[in-house]
Amino acid sequence: MTLIFERSAPARRAALQAPAEDAAAVADIPAALLRAGAPLLPEVSELQVVRHYTRLSQKNFSIDTHFYPLGSCTMKYNPRACNTLASLPDFLRRHPLAPERYSQGFLACMYELQEMLKEVTGMRAVSLTPMAGSQGEFAGVAMIRAYHTARGDHARDEILVPDAAHGTNPATAVMCGYKAREIPTNAEGDVDLDALRAAVGPRTAGLMLTNPSTLGVFERRIEEIAAIVHAAGGLLYYDGANLNAILGKVRPGDMGFDVIHLNLHKTFSTPHGGGGPGAGPVGVGEKLKPFLPVPMVGKTGDGYHWITEKDCPQSIGRLSAFAGNAGILLRAYIYARLLGREGMRRVAEYATLNANYMAVRLRERGFELAFPRRRATHEFIVTLRREAKTLHVSAMDFAKRLLDYGFHAPTTYFPLLVPECLLIEPTETEDKATLDAFIDVLSDIRAEAEATPDTVTGAPYTLPVRRLDDVRAARELDLAWKPAAAPP
Amino acid sequence: MPFIPHTESETAAMLEAIGIDGIEALFDEIPAGLRVPDIAAVPPGLSEMATARLLAERAAANGAPLCFIGAGAYEHHIPAAVWEIATRGEFYSAYTPYQAEASQGTLQLLYEYQTMMVGLTGLDVSNASLYDGASALAEAVLMAVRANRKSHSKRVLIPRTVNPVYRRVVQAIVSNQGIVVETLDFDPRSGALDPAALPADPGDFAALVVPQPNFFGVLEDVDRLTDWTHGHGALVIAVVNPTALALLKPPGAWGTQGADIACGEGQPLGVPLASGGPYFGFMCCKSEHVRQMPGRIIGRTVDLDGKPGFALTLQAREQHIRRSKATSNICTNQGLLVTAATIYMSLLGAEGLRRVASTSHANTRRLRDALCAIEGVAPVFTRPFFHEVVLRLDADVDRALERLADAGILGGYSLKREYPELGECLLVCATETKTPEDLRRYADACGRALARA
Repeated sequence: MTLIFERSAPARRAALQAPAEDAAAVADIPAALLRAGAPLLPEVSELQVVRHYTRLSQKNFSIDTHFYPLGSCTMKYNPRACNTLASLPDFLRRHPLAPERYSQGFLACMYELQEMLKEVTGMRAVSLTPMAGSQGEFAGVAMIRAYHTARGDHARDEILVPDAAHGTNPATAVMCGYKAREIPTNAEGDVDLDALRAAVGPRTAGLMLTNPSTLGVFERRIEEIAAIVHAAGGLLYYDGANLNAILGKVRPGDMGFDVIHLNLHKTFSTPHGGGGPGAGPVGVGEKLKPFLPVPMVGKTGDGYHWITEKDCPQSIGRLSAFAGNAGILLRAYIYARLLGREGMRRVAEYATLNANYMAVRLRERGFELAFPRRRATHEFIVTLRREAKTLHVSAMDFAKRLLDYGFHAPTTYFPLLVPECLLIEPTETEDKATLDAFIDVLSDIRAEAEATPDTVTGAPYTLPVRRLDDVRAARELDLAWKPAAAPP
Repeated sequence: MPFIPHTESETAAMLEAIGIDGIEALFDEIPAGLRVPDIAAVPPGLSEMATARLLAERAAANGAPLCFIGAGAYEHHIPAAVWEIATRGEFYSAYTPYQAEASQGTLQLLYEYQTMMVGLTGLDVSNASLYDGASALAEAVLMAVRANRKSHSKRVLIPRTVNPVYRRVVQAIVSNQGIVVETLDFDPRSGALDPAALPADPGDFAALVVPQPNFFGVLEDVDRLTDWTHGHGALVIAVVNPTALALLKPPGAWGTQGADIACGEGQPLGVPLASGGPYFGFMCCKSEHVRQMPGRIIGRTVDLDGKPGFALTLQAREQHIRRSKATSNICTNQGLLVTAATIYMSLLGAEGLRRVASTSHANTRRLRDALCAIEGVAPVFTRPFFHEVVLRLDADVDRALERLADAGILGGYSLKREYPELGECLLVCATETKTPEDLRRYADACGRALARA
């Protein structure tokens, strides 16, 4: 492991990359405002940079190189055309503040994306501006708050969140000034309706729900849930993390949700980029329309224009410096045009087929499903509690051993309700042979766990590093490289 | 089928394994009344060729004007290697490095990025990115209120010289938590905060935001502002342009103690303008505040064999562990953009980045001189500036911009709506990408536009 800084040599430069020296360039800036020494950046050649980062890339697992069944993250193929076409020079050079007459092509794409997302979600209006799922959640809950406030209803200070929810749900509720109150789940993976009935009341601002839930099952009594929350005066928030399971089959708007966010980096196949960028557009029903974040795109005749605070005086405002992660929205638009309406319906169908096929096959091999009596959605949960108890091999050990066999691990230890769980989401873009190979390997690992458990608990062996010392990482913080002290 | 590999026989085999007749049976737990028959408003799918033609037409419809707008997004030359490498599938299609052993490439890159940002800002630690400059400032405000142990105040002071959209984003994000944002006015002569005019007894407050350069391009008196703030027990949040940091005094060296938090827009570091995103927000701070910092942080550690490696660390701050007690709800960040920025900073090095900064500055000064040679154009502020400058016109600024746009030139950002007291003012920027011919073209067109006004 060599850092780019360790390849550095004084005064080596990639000289073509920067302009020529202009000696008098900053003579007008007083010395007191200038920095004393040069910042610590590497001094390397172009080839050194290219080779260093190419080699680093090769230490990653990615969709392009590995099966990546990371539950709840929808790691499906990111079509190359989306990147190529969103990177056309006239898209890349458009300044975000360019006047509308120099923006019609871009605005047309954004307007049509808004319209398509309205249709697939069953909502009445869409704002594309939130920059990730968590910002979409923020926007959604902030709109719920703005709605109650506008009605003079100030007593509502709680957001209800099922205990299976993503951590972003309760964190978002708090960021919006609410208390997060957890609602339990019953043994079949549905929200406990009696507990919900007992929890709702005049303090309920809303309920945040993912459907299908993070347990990999469809919330069957969604209409009753909606009725209970609405009867108490609360609003219903849809977390779009799992929209891939129902795209074109059933719509959150029809289920009774008042506000939703989508994760375009999941359902609409924009790149995950090693941890982002995402895009988290929000859609709303009639009640919340006045509160949508700005900007949005409108259409008059053949022309497109920005919709801003001026047009939406009750808007919760702006969440980004310009108009959100525009280039990601463009990639999602391209993906939607490539798929079309039939392609979108097939997404849900084959994502669900793949997950159910894997679930059935793994059960046949003796793995325990967390919800065996339920139909899997686009993902499902295997619990390794028996293996953990009898063989002392944990879900984390299985996950690490999978890496040795060339498979990215499923999501582990989430949702928190199911002990020793693997949340497996194959997505629709994987073929049967890949799923079969994964099933074989998971069985092989269990055989290893029975015969030589140390093999599994010591994994991985074939990656650039073995298991890392997380405790040391947090205790002896080393968050930036420092050059070795010069010898005295 | 688009992006679905299944053959008919494979699908049949899979259905048989499940024990159902057709795919529709997989949706039998969804109440029948909720099923949607069609999504007719979504158009039918297109071939890749037809989509490419459509997008090429859309891109061309934007036109390709000569752009002198900055105002928070800056056109710089991006070396070819930056996006060639950043869009390699191993970076482009990986996710958050939860499985550290299978993500050492991304993790090491992020550690190198953190090191570079620490170098540029002169602070101790960096996170692995936030969404953009505006939301990073909002997170910095929340962080400062949590981190200030001397004051329990929820009051934060933000000068009007901070980008007006940033101020609006801060308001939208922090107001629900009872934080009060108070604006400070600037000196209309200098275009900056006047440290001498700050109140001797400002009352209890958690932090002051100090932009450098500020939204007008003007350089603030950061040393005095920092010392004044610390003198009142509050924290200093620097909002800085990373290109400028190759030249300007880093926040860690402001005043006698240095700023406490620095944040800003990372776009100038190798990210194309691209209609405003995706960009990335950066955030650095003194080490004493690291546990209050939002977002992913990468640490160097060792593996079972004692070999060095990298992992996500301090995760006890984050939503997937702490849920409602997390420092922020942020989950996904802007990893791909940080990948590009790290490659960009490696290619340029300190000297290259300094030259980008100084050439951009010199170009803006040349543009200012060329425009101010025209009758009816004058500079506005007296303090020094960096690579962006405010000019006042003798004519209606919005009409002048329209005329320039007729000539294929985006002549800058009109300040009239956000700062009506300044009159007919324009914010212009000419980075290193502008040639002497470009500057002349603007000056000529501007002369004609004003002559007709």
